[in-house]
Amino acid sequence: MNNLVSRPTRWVVLALMTLSVVYFLAPVWWLLVSATKTNSGLFTGNGFWFGHFNLVSNLQGLFDQQNGIYPLWLLNTVVYAGLGAGLSTLFAALAGYALAKFPFRGRELVFNIVLAAVLVPQALLAIPLYLLFSPIHLVNTYWSVLIPSMVSPFGVYLARIYAASSVPDELLEAARIDGSGELRTFFTIALRVMSPALVTIYLFQFVSIWSNYLLPALMLANDKLQPVTVGIVGWEQQRGIGNAVPTNIVITGAALCVVPLIVLFLSLQRFWRSGLAAGSVK
Amino acid sequence: MTTQTPALAAGRPAPATARPPSAARATRRRIRRTALCFLAPFAVLFIGVYVAPIVYTVDQSLYKLHHSGLGLSAPTKTFTAFGNYVDAFHDSAFRASLLRVLLIGVVQVPVMLGLALLLALLLDAKSTLLKRFFRFAYFLPYALPGVIGALMWSYLVAPGLSPITSLAHDLGWSLNLTSNGMLAPTIGNMLTWGWTGYNMLIIYSALQAIPAELSEAATVDGCSAWRIAWHIKVPMVRPALVLTTVFSIIGTAQLYNEPATLQAVAPNLGSTYTPIFAAYDSVANNDFPYAATESVILAVLAFVLSFGFLRLVQRRGVAR
Repeated sequence: MNNLVSRPTRWVVLALMTLSVVYFLAPVWWLLVSATKTNSGLFTGNGFWFGHFNLVSNLQGLFDQQNGIYPLWLLNTVVYAGLGAGLSTLFAALAGYALAKFPFRGRELVFNIVLAAVLVPQALLAIPLYLLFSPIHLVNTYWSVLIPSMVSPFGVYLARIYAASSVPDELLEAARIDGSGELRTFFTIALRVMSPALVTIYLFQFVSIWSNYLLPALMLANDKLQPVTVGIVGWEQQRGIGNAVPTNIVITGAALCVVPLIVLFLSLQRFWRSGLAAGSVK
Repeated sequence: MTTQTPALAAGRPAPATARPPSAARATRRRIRRTALCFLAPFAVLFIGVYVAPIVYTVDQSLYKLHHSGLGLSAPTKTFTAFGNYVDAFHDSAFRASLLRVLLIGVVQVPVMLGLALLLALLLDAKSTLLKRFFRFAYFLPYALPGVIGALMWSYLVAPGLSPITSLAHDLGWSLNLTSNGMLAPTIGNMLTWGWTGYNMLIIYSALQAIPAELSEAATVDGCSAWRIAWHIKVPMVRPALVLTTVFSIIGTAQLYNEPATLQAVAPNLGSTYTPIFAAYDSVANNDFPYAATESVILAVLAFVLSFGFLRLVQRRGVAR
């Protein structure tokens, strides 16, 4: 308890923090409340409170829309984000470990190139990637989104910093003397020591793939291959067209895909902090 | 398995290092080969999805497409060196899009980072049970995919649907959050809402790393909590502030998701609203070389801004 802060100041602080909570949570609350309303209910009454409870039929409508494509979208998202983040974490761990533990000429150059890549606006790569993937028939396949998702320069950066500071050289030298091959040493020793950083890299990459809209929107014309973000925004953009998807269905779809993420975030909070601390110490 | 546990292995004596020179060279070669193997999967993919598109974009920006009069036959391509770049600088729609994003960034990034720093400092100073809840609430928007957050806000500001404007209406105040003048503030709000928590967490993690003795010593010396925050904590989280600023500059440069989603409820939002919009518009007109030119200009400007910022704070850091 900080005794130097006066009583009125403490109230101001609490008021500020509470006001911020309202700002950050009210829109999500609105989304969840709106998912329980009928389409006409959305346009009348208090937006922040429940009206006629219509959640069950909204969910039915959502899962019936377009021959029940919504669960497929969710599955696609899990495939892209889960698999892409897993592979990119493994590759980043290998590369970061090599950059931290194997002294070779050109090492700093390689690391600087990776760092510079962190500064490249991702959105600019989507169009040329589309044009490069097009002649080799990768466009409109799972690979068109998975391949770019497997690369995480920021992950390599974090992995290198973490490996350099937490994997002791003596440990690796001892393993070598015992006749353990480099790959085995990596998989049995280094990966285990690096695991806190790897969880963070995985989470970061998971969220960045899951949030990436431009790339899948451009690559995937076939809506059966799309992740849920592209699908839902596609529905939203039909707004105003004759046979558009009703707004309450779009909102229910958006709310439903947000719920598992909130649960995931609640349970993994501490990993975010440990990893972010490692990344910003430099 | 000879190494049962890391702890056991670490306990072994260090190896003898005296080796003949040829053996040393062989070791160096072996190390390089191993490093290459470890780097290979990342490197191959990196070249494929970073280097190749960048080289391709820069190369294509040096050509010009010529469409035949009727547009029936395939367009021909000729080398023009910097012709497209000259065109882009004379392209008032593209220039306006750059300026628009710059203005949004100049206002929005300081507001967002100021708020993130303030919230991080407040969280750091507080020792209440509510702390975990506050931290979670501030970070929650980051859990929502950018476009889903943007879609939610689009509905929150959409005429007819918006609970905010209806609330303002009840108070006798007519408000339209998607009018031309309100588009930029609305987008700025979407960005602030979505990214403050993420930046706050980076700053907060850095604050947590400051040894408690420092603040305690200052408290003993009679420093107030505000002075401790401003004179001790803020300078110590400088690297985190620099990092978040650079990420924010890059993020703002590629502004697309928020305006693209907002467009569905705000048809007045133009097709060249941001530089990325403009580039997509060019692709839609089958003019990739021009889109490539716009992309290169945007990337260079973003790089100059973020790199220039880094140099600026480094120099000031040395001067202190």
